[in-house]
Amino acid sequence: MTSIAPEIVAEHGLTPEEYERCKRIMGREPNLTELGIFSVMWSEHCSYKSSRKWLRELPTKAPWVICGPGENAGVIDIGDGDACIFKMESHNHPSFIEPYQGAATGVGGILRDVFTMGARPIANLNALRFGSPEDPKTRHLVAGVVAGIGGYGNCVGVPTVGGECNFHRAYNGNILVNAMTVGLARTDRIFYSAAAGIGNPVIYVGSKTGRDGIHGATMASAEFSADAEEKRPTVQVGDPFTEKLLIEACLELMATDAIVAIQDMGAAGLTSSSVEMSSKGGLGIELELDKVPVRETGMTPYEIMLSESQERMLMILKPEREALAREIFEKWDLDFAVIGRITDTKRLVLKMNGATVADIPVAPLVEESPLYDRPHRAPPAPPPLPADAASRVKLSPTEALKQLMSSPDLASRRWIWEQYDHMVMGDTVQRPGGDAAVVRVHDKAKGLAITTDVTPRYCAADPVEGGKQAVAEAWRNLTAVGARPLAITDNMNFGNPEKPDIMGQFVGCIRGMAEACRALDFPVVSGNVSLYNETNGTAILPTPAIGGVGVVDDVAKTMTAGFKAADETIFLIGETRGHLGQSLYLRELAGLEAGPPPPVDLAAERRAGDLVRALITRGLVTAVHDISDGGLLVAVAEMALAGNIGATIEGSESPGWLFGEDQGRYVVAARDPKPILAAAKAAAVSCAAIGRTGGAALKPPGGKPISIAELRAAHEGWLPAYMAAP
Amino acid sequence: MNAAVIVFPGSNCDRDVEVALAAAMGKPPLAVFHKETEIPKVDLIVLPGGFSFGDYLRCGAMAAHSPVMREVVARASSGVPVLGICNGFQIMIEAGLLPGALLRNAQLHFVCKDVHLRVETAQSLFTTGYAAGQVVRFPVAHGEGNYFADEATLNELEQNGQIAFRYVQPDGSVSAEANPNGSARNIAGIFNRGKTVLGMMPHPERLSDPALGGTDGKAMFKGLVEALS
Repeated sequence: MTSIAPEIVAEHGLTPEEYERCKRIMGREPNLTELGIFSVMWSEHCSYKSSRKWLRELPTKAPWVICGPGENAGVIDIGDGDACIFKMESHNHPSFIEPYQGAATGVGGILRDVFTMGARPIANLNALRFGSPEDPKTRHLVAGVVAGIGGYGNCVGVPTVGGECNFHRAYNGNILVNAMTVGLARTDRIFYSAAAGIGNPVIYVGSKTGRDGIHGATMASAEFSADAEEKRPTVQVGDPFTEKLLIEACLELMATDAIVAIQDMGAAGLTSSSVEMSSKGGLGIELELDKVPVRETGMTPYEIMLSESQERMLMILKPEREALAREIFEKWDLDFAVIGRITDTKRLVLKMNGATVADIPVAPLVEESPLYDRPHRAPPAPPPLPADAASRVKLSPTEALKQLMSSPDLASRRWIWEQYDHMVMGDTVQRPGGDAAVVRVHDKAKGLAITTDVTPRYCAADPVEGGKQAVAEAWRNLTAVGARPLAITDNMNFGNPEKPDIMGQFVGCIRGMAEACRALDFPVVSGNVSLYNETNGTAILPTPAIGGVGVVDDVAKTMTAGFKAADETIFLIGETRGHLGQSLYLRELAGLEAGPPPPVDLAAERRAGDLVRALITRGLVTAVHDISDGGLLVAVAEMALAGNIGATIEGSESPGWLFGEDQGRYVVAARDPKPILAAAKAAAVSCAAIGRTGGAALKPPGGKPISIAELRAAHEGWLPAYMAAP
Repeated sequence: MNAAVIVFPGSNCDRDVEVALAAAMGKPPLAVFHKETEIPKVDLIVLPGGFSFGDYLRCGAMAAHSPVMREVVARASSGVPVLGICNGFQIMIEAGLLPGALLRNAQLHFVCKDVHLRVETAQSLFTTGYAAGQVVRFPVAHGEGNYFADEATLNELEQNGQIAFRYVQPDGSVSAEANPNGSARNIAGIFNRGKTVLGMMPHPERLSDPALGGTDGKAMFKGLVEALS
């Protein structure tokens, strides 16, 4: 037996204490294969050792939740025997190193998490953060990530229907690529990963195993230094065609009664899939590694167990159904190999050419994984805005609007989403560009509304309010299309948790999110944590990306943001205080990133949202848009552009009224103003008529009009011009 | 009337076109897997969109050599109408059913958006639902749809009335701006000489349902079914 030197332990990302724990569990010194298995299972990425304690504070239950966090993805009941299965997951570190393949395999991984539970994927979304547009790497990273997401999703044939994209210098060395998949299954045909049935065969299907991605989970659990590029060989290569075959073959097999348990091979590949299945079933598993289909010769047990080759699944089958399953996978030209069996030993036993190469007790490997209560320090409350902040912007409202609409964070994302097939499968009712995407449940009238949201600059200034706001904004975007928000998935992207300030951001965001989830009946059903998003000691903005899902009973009655006709009344719903702290107005036009973020009054949020949803359901409004980045005037401008109809706005000329980012607000348009005001009064929600639709220009209060054409050119022009620049 | 939709392993618009055909025919078309060597007797064969075999090399090149394609080519030459959409068009070209080539889009990336097309002739099975010169809106979604052929071939296609659709402005005018992929002479779809085979990059099946934002594609399937029934 090899003796493990301390350097080897350190290279595997285990602390000396963790290694002692490993030896205690083993009752001896582990061999290299065993050490590798411990290292990936106990990596931050797989064990959630810094975050687990806090994730438990998130509400995860509701009458419509079928399966909360802990499985491959979350499952909710959307009525009529239909279940919606969804999750969001990060692929940040690989995407920075190799943007095309990093992003592509991120999409592939999240698709597998969803179809492994029996769902046909029906929509993909993403949440992307890039560095400053001026950073020399940004253009290349945007181009690669967008092409990678499209390259994978388009080929697999799942529409990419929405997402978000921000730029900020805090992401210069650590971009974020968070991918979300939403799938549909029947509530009585959901597949789980717990192994059962002693003696049942363990089946490997999909692509062959290569040396790619070894230690990907460990890489995702450490900070980058300047040598990030050297890590390129640990990035996996995606094969969306094989994924497509795997989806079809798995769903075909899932229509039979052959499967006992199924699990995709994601981070830490064969190791985490086999350990999770046996651990959840309270059983043992024995694998013969020489039966694993491999792409290269001479692969060691260590490499086979730690490979993160893509497009692979592990299944436990009923023995009498093995032949049927083999036939289905052969029809789809996929590898199908019996590589082991379920045992009653409660141990993970690996054999190669007849010899035992690893023998680990499963329960302690999982249950005794390290759990840290890391020191955390809440950031000080942000100082108030300087008294003269608003007056530092020396532009008229019209000129300010034009500049904001063409600023990196507000400019049109058309250049991105036109590279994604957002219509394949023939059920995309609301395409990208609106508040939320709407995808019909095939052959039915109902549909799902889906969105991804977070405002990292708010989270940085005040993690608790920022956490609340991320959840509230997702809820608001679903409401704005007329959906009933049901549940969320979260993708927690943060810096190094070993630093108390970073851990303080994490804890604060979780607390804010938990409060909002409870107030809005909007539980967390799945999620992912990505820590160590730091380069040379500089962390990203805290970015808890929220993927929200809601249901609409009739897709024909969903609402869109574009103005529909001239001479309609425009209303502002929700209370306006003119909050300019952390606004894009001050950041983009005065270079001021300061002040507290807008507070979120969750009770008011709920009242305003419930009112807007009722107005949509009752057919009283013709256009609805939530107010977020950029404030009221930006929201109105987006509605004018989407409908190609101008508007005249009357009200205060103050920057706070026009560009403040107070929460819980919507702009709606209506033919008949009376019932809107009456409904708002009855609901105790503030509501004011602020203008009328019509004409070919947008006229702000006291300012000169700007034509829709000029506004459109500014809004649509920035990203294509930026990407085309040398 | 009976129709068959050929399903390659990476086809992903097969269901979409089946839905559009079923709405027009009143019954679902047959799905024929690429490994089949025979196709039941049908009045129409459709090659749907997607990424037939991953298309990591030349799009449609591998699909053109799959077992079922021998039968598709034989049926086409005996006069059975064949419609190829997007990847189906790419496969048709690789199989020699139509002339020319489909190159990488001129802007070098995938493009998914609605485009306007001018129907160049109503004198075909596939376009009886339209008037010549009519402008329709269909989506495109492809990375390799840039139609190319040498000048002589292009002239021949024009002279024989083999151009089915061109990318145009909403007012029907041909312009570089209206061309989403750099196709020669803004060509979006072409017929074979006898107009029994149509290959096109845009997706009529994606705008055949009002819930999806338009129904301009519906007339193609309705017209086809009426002509073939």
